[in-house]
Amino acid sequence: MITGKPRHLEKTYDVTVVGGGPAGMAAALGAREAGAEKILIIDREETAGGILWQCIHNGFGLHHFKEELTGPEYAQRYLEQVLEHEIDVITDTYVADMDAGRHVKIMSGSQGIHVLDSKSVVLAMGARERTRGAIRIPGTRPAGVLTAGLAQKFVNMAGYLPGKRVVILGSGDIGLIMARRLVLEGVEVLGVFEIMPHVNGLNRNVVQCLHDFDIPLHLSTTVAEIHGRDRVEKVTVAPVDEALRPIMDKAWDIPCDTLLLSIGLIPENELSQRINLRLDPVTTGPVVTSTMETSADGVFACGNVVHIHDLVDFVSQESDLAGQCAGEYVTGRRRPADNIRLVPGDNVAYCVPHTISSDREHTIYLRVRRNEGKCAIKFGDAYQRKLRYVFPAEMVTVTMRPRFLENFHGDSLRVDVVPR
Amino acid sequence: MAPDDDPHADHLTHYLCIGCPLGCRLEVEEDDHGDVLEVRGFDCKKGKEYGRQEHTEPKRMVTTTVAVRGGLHARVPVKTREAVPKPLVREVCRALGTVELTAPVAIGTLVMGDVLGTGVDIIVTRDMPEGAPTRAAQRG
Amino acid sequence: MNDRTYDVAIIGGGIVGCAIARELSRYRLKLVLIEKECEVGFGTSKSNSGIIHAGHHSSADTLKGPLEWAGNQHWDRLHAELDFGFKRVGELMVAWDDEQRSILDTYLQRGRERGVPGLEIWEKDRIRKEEPNVSRHVVAGLHAPTAGVVNPYEVCFSLIDSARLNGLEVRVNAPVQDIQPLEGGLKVDTAQGPVLARYAINAAGLFADRIAAMAGVGTFSILARKGEEYLLDKRLKGLVTRIIFPCPTPTSKGVLVIPTFDGTIMVGPTANPVLDRSDLTTSMDGGEEIFEQVRRTVPGISPRDCIAEFAGLRAVADGEDFIIGPTAVKGFINVAGIQSPGLTAAPAIAVRVAEILRDEGLALEPDDTFQPAVPKHVIMADLDTGAQAAKAAKDPAFGRICCRCEQVTEGEVIAAIGAGAGTLDGIKFRTRAGMGRCQGGFCTWRCMELLSRELDMPIDRVTKRGGGSWIVCRRDGEEGAPS
Repeated sequence: MITGKPRHLEKTYDVTVVGGGPAGMAAALGAREAGAEKILIIDREETAGGILWQCIHNGFGLHHFKEELTGPEYAQRYLEQVLEHEIDVITDTYVADMDAGRHVKIMSGSQGIHVLDSKSVVLAMGARERTRGAIRIPGTRPAGVLTAGLAQKFVNMAGYLPGKRVVILGSGDIGLIMARRLVLEGVEVLGVFEIMPHVNGLNRNVVQCLHDFDIPLHLSTTVAEIHGRDRVEKVTVAPVDEALRPIMDKAWDIPCDTLLLSIGLIPENELSQRINLRLDPVTTGPVVTSTMETSADGVFACGNVVHIHDLVDFVSQESDLAGQCAGEYVTGRRRPADNIRLVPGDNVAYCVPHTISSDREHTIYLRVRRNEGKCAIKFGDAYQRKLRYVFPAEMVTVTMRPRFLENFHGDSLRVDVVPR
Repeated sequence: MAPDDDPHADHLTHYLCIGCPLGCRLEVEEDDHGDVLEVRGFDCKKGKEYGRQEHTEPKRMVTTTVAVRGGLHARVPVKTREAVPKPLVREVCRALGTVELTAPVAIGTLVMGDVLGTGVDIIVTRDMPEGAPTRAAQRG
Repeated sequence: MNDRTYDVAIIGGGIVGCAIARELSRYRLKLVLIEKECEVGFGTSKSNSGIIHAGHHSSADTLKGPLEWAGNQHWDRLHAELDFGFKRVGELMVAWDDEQRSILDTYLQRGRERGVPGLEIWEKDRIRKEEPNVSRHVVAGLHAPTAGVVNPYEVCFSLIDSARLNGLEVRVNAPVQDIQPLEGGLKVDTAQGPVLARYAINAAGLFADRIAAMAGVGTFSILARKGEEYLLDKRLKGLVTRIIFPCPTPTSKGVLVIPTFDGTIMVGPTANPVLDRSDLTTSMDGGEEIFEQVRRTVPGISPRDCIAEFAGLRAVADGEDFIIGPTAVKGFINVAGIQSPGLTAAPAIAVRVAEILRDEGLALEPDDTFQPAVPKHVIMADLDTGAQAAKAAKDPAFGRICCRCEQVTEGEVIAAIGAGAGTLDGIKFRTRAGMGRCQGGFCTWRCMELLSRELDMPIDRVTKRGGGSWIVCRRDGEEGAPS
């Protein structure tokens, strides 16, 4: 049973991992593998594992475990490894503050309030959901407007329904998954509305969650107004023009009691801001080197806190690296410093890591700005690879090998995705 | 991958592969008797199988929750060990509606064998240790 | 009239009703406050901008004028006695051209005549130095250091906590249905039963005209004027340190940039009359108007910074001024049309009401047992780490974070529930839990669990703000709680 009781809380740690979700667990294991001794995971819930516990659907682990798992299975496999490797886990604990000297202030229901010293810190706080305020939907402010993730917690953990007649705004994966989940719980899902002309979530979820249950998907359409004093009574939806403004003479009303929002995730970087980390304005997460080190010495970051991933497998991969490097950092080993900066060019929103080194292999994650059919990703004149298609909703992963850069001698490499 | 100039367009059906998050656009061609002639557009073997399967007998994994008494949370997640015929998805969930387990429950615990005669078992997908259903109640 | 008769019934638990209740609780009186919502402060006051005006805004030939400045001077004492946040951050009224500069002079003159201290015209350089993020196109500003900010709902809660400590009874969920004059007093029928009182104060805000009509003195009407406000992400904290007012023009009072007491920047309000007195909708046009205007004053603000928006309704009496005084019905006193600067004036209005009651024959004997202070609420985020650790060592609930954005602990939420919060909004406005950038995504469930446990109510009976504002329902086939 996964009830690893916290051991005695030490005053100092080699590696402190903030957040016990998939990123934090993988990072802690990576640090252990690299030889770090005293490793601590701090998690605010009663069990480490993060959001995966409420993601009861399958589709996780194909890359990492080579089999298809549900979210809880993926979390449990990792948590078991964490406990086996004698990594300290304190739950019900929140990191309230930190300074650049890596003094970590924790607030805990079980442990009280303390300041810990850590030789290195891995930030793995994940992301939070965008809320109504971020998109300013006009109308009243009744109960019944909530994020899809909160609804998922109500349904899958607590066993309550967010409502009986539900409209979903935004076609992010959590929204699509929740559409199916609610239908299976006997809730009427009246439609998914997406302001953009394309779906934000993965195609598989459109098929499995919407098509399978005949849930209507309205692209280029948004919720233009919310009605109801105490509780949502109806929403007005309208197609949008090219400037994404609702066309009100084509609007219609949908009586409902709930509006779920699935309008994107934002990296959770309050702590990063407190220690003045350099942030990427596009990802809003920390700028990181190829060792996942941030602009603060000995502070590493990984997972959704750096950029929003669409697969947990990639989170694990990236976080394992961050943990390895944090472990190397405390054991006094350093990989050669990066010498090439990646510069997002045509149809590239961002690249992570932000810098690479020409002497070793790297996995580069990037996201495009718009759909494209047959295309190629080009790293300056040094290397290019053909792609069958790209979508903003699907992260592109490229393996960069030293031999691709043998004849490259600059210090910045422009990355473009261009049609072919 | 549009079938614009394909002479066999009548015999073509398009699917979006759900085998993995890449979402390959599959094209299934059938003969005059409705038998699958060829599956195209896949990136891996899984896609080829999925295209054939989805065209002839679509199946789905079912993931849902069942009630658990005395657990850390009120619900525990479960899944079908293998995919079941697509038309049975709702019925599988209904069949699980009345199940109540008692904590502690271990991952892999059998919840229901041979659900609806499909030969597929329903199993628990996480450990659910004992505890009051809410942390708040735990303290009370 | 019998021995259960109250001396005074205050109708309406907004800032005005709460201030009156607290002022009257100094005297040996049997008092009751009647509120139609589930908690006090849940009407117009909740959506107030929270500005304590400097004292020079309202014209001297109105009732508002003297009460604004008199009210302003009460706030330091109230702040010292009661446990609410108040800071005299000062305000800066900015002019874009020389014509507007003359408006600044008018206000300067008005303030000086009234005795408002510290008023000063700032030239461009001074503004650049003091408020570097204010537009470079501003040519001059009138600085008024006496302006301040509070959280209006917090003030309501503090006032009511103090009044209750001194004997006030509060009836919530009790909309008034009828008022009958009786021999020696009035009978006020509410949804929670009748209340007998020798005097009734009509502090019913948006509905004051209807309450007056019930008493048979429907001599005025109330118009609802909506104001939309937009709250910005905490990241912008410190963008301005004073309340920034554009120069009022004949057509518009302009959009303000308000550093709220908590440091969050708020922009607004709009001012549009609405017919429906429950119309708390925000609009696309309202948001656009606000952000367009605010960009002129503080160019660094963009709609992308918005984390939440809300609307409030000002209770505007025909004639635009406050209506305060006795009526043709003996014992029935109006305190109506209290729009801006109503919050600022509220403590002075309360004193005025006490004087009116005395003039109307109520004996005001000071109560020797009156306790001016209320017990301090613990705000963990305001303590240093040592004090926090000591608090958490004594009660672990003060170590457990409930709302991560505002760093509110479970202990503070439990204390708020103990003080009368019975809804998610009640918790939110007392502790800030759910008020931050994630807007309750994380703490909603925790607060629901705590309400359920502390008030012994099923989870599906927890509401956002009473009435039909339920949060979750049961799964099909599961029994709901008996209503």
